Amino acid sequence: MTEIPEHLLRRSAEARARATGAPAAGEGEAPAAAQPDDDDGVTIPRSLLEASQQPGGAPAVAGMAAYGTPQAGSGPAGGGGVATALPPLMAGPAGNTHRLLTVVKSGSIQDVKASPGDKVHVWPHLLAAEFTAALFITAFTLVFSLFINAPLLELANHNETPNPSKAPWYFLGLQELLTMFDPMIAGVTIPGVALILLAFAPYVDKNPSLRPEDRKFAISIQTIHLMFWAVLVIIGSFFRGQGFNFTYPWDTGLHGIFHL
Amino acid sequence: MANTLESPDTKPKLPQRLQNAQQQAADWMQDSQFWTSIFRPGSIFRKGYTDSPRNRSYVIMNSVLYHLHPVKVKRHAVKVSYTLCLGGLSFFLFILLTITGIFLMFFYRPTDTAAWLDIESLHTQVAFGLLVRNMHRWAAHLMVITVFLHMARVFYHGAYKAPREFNWVVGVMLLQLTLLLAFTGYLLPWDQLALWAVTVGTNMMGFTPVFGEQVRFVLLGGQQIGAETLLRWYVLHVLMLPFVIVIFMAIHFWRVRKDGGISGPL
Repeated sequence: MTEIPEHLLRRSAEARARATGAPAAGEGEAPAAAQPDDDDGVTIPRSLLEASQQPGGAPAVAGMAAYGTPQAGSGPAGGGGVATALPPLMAGPAGNTHRLLTVVKSGSIQDVKASPGDKVHVWPHLLAAEFTAALFITAFTLVFSLFINAPLLELANHNETPNPSKAPWYFLGLQELLTMFDPMIAGVTIPGVALILLAFAPYVDKNPSLRPEDRKFAISIQTIHLMFWAVLVIIGSFFRGQGFNFTYPWDTGLHGIFHL
Repeated sequence: MANTLESPDTKPKLPQRLQNAQQQAADWMQDSQFWTSIFRPGSIFRKGYTDSPRNRSYVIMNSVLYHLHPVKVKRHAVKVSYTLCLGGLSFFLFILLTITGIFLMFFYRPTDTAAWLDIESLHTQVAFGLLVRNMHRWAAHLMVITVFLHMARVFYHGAYKAPREFNWVVGVMLLQLTLLLAFTGYLLPWDQLALWAVTVGTNMMGFTPVFGEQVRFVLLGGQQIGAETLLRWYVLHVLMLPFVIVIFMAIHFWRVRKDGGISGPL
């Protein structure tokens, strides 16, 4: 339980006393008289405090102690300026009957661990971007499909091997490796090690930093790795002709480029 | 309305009356029990939707589709230049492939005598058959590319680091499943391209030591590609691999949120 500051306790006691009709310390000057003595100058800005000390003065400044209390200077004669029996209605500057005791800044009485962070609503900010991206990719696929047909060659024939015979393009890197190394190395060891290293990258790479300048080695290795496969796929796709021998695309032409 | 109040004897003009009638119909519909039972509070189709923070949250929370998302994300996470939308596009292409694939299934029989003829008649006899097949084909290649690029993007951002290590592993699985889906689909047209590409691909599989030959035998349903292979790969392509990849995707998306949203900023 948080401790309530002493001066607030005293002020609330005075207010309660006024409300129940018991004579308080003074004629409406009570809060003003009480405050300056023990003013530690920490919790309440001095300007607000002074505004509250002016009886009936500067109501717009919302002198805290003046809320809901009878305006002492123009107080009704019957009670001799002492508080009326019931708390007056609509007495505050904005017609409020409640009082603002104090404003407590977050962090002063509670330990704030998580900062709010800079967040935005998913709707509309993220959904709009996703929707646009989905529209764009649909339009692209549709237009591409309108102009370029998917290949359909002759019926499958086991007795007629096309030359060259190529795997789907995403496996052409492997096929390319097979022309260079023993199947045990090209078909098993290299892709196996690459795949396992890829899957276990988070456990191999112990560097906690996300900044590119701290990750030169990881970025270099991965770039070489990705380029390795990309170059092999490009060679397999465009630089391999009859008998899977090396050729230039401008010699053989690119007529089968969309036979994917 | 102001017009009618000033001169009550003159009827409002036709466009105005049409607009009023439209508004009344819309109000009637949106007030109906039927409508409010479909669109939960915060839906933009509900009457009185306003662009308030509360409704922005409801849009996400009260939608079965959108609630994959959190209500709020880090500001940098909505920057297209950070993610390039690659993960989302991969998922969207998967949906597009599912839809076009279901269409194709209506016209395709996975037997060695019917498959190729079915595709040919799909081209010539079926309305939009060729277009849908083209879209399925190109979207499949595109998905291989977007998944690959998504993997590269995630690596370069270091997003596989703690606490997202396991989600990276799931992602590598998804990359392999994507390749397998593409590869199994490659055989289905049953043309020379399909037969020999898959022959080359599965021959490479046979080099795997210990179990390579056995795996190849099971996948092909024999020593070489034939009618059994076509049926097996069809079932793999339209049912089993999609089933598996959906499970992995569910884990992948769920972990993205559990691991605190996407990584960064750098």
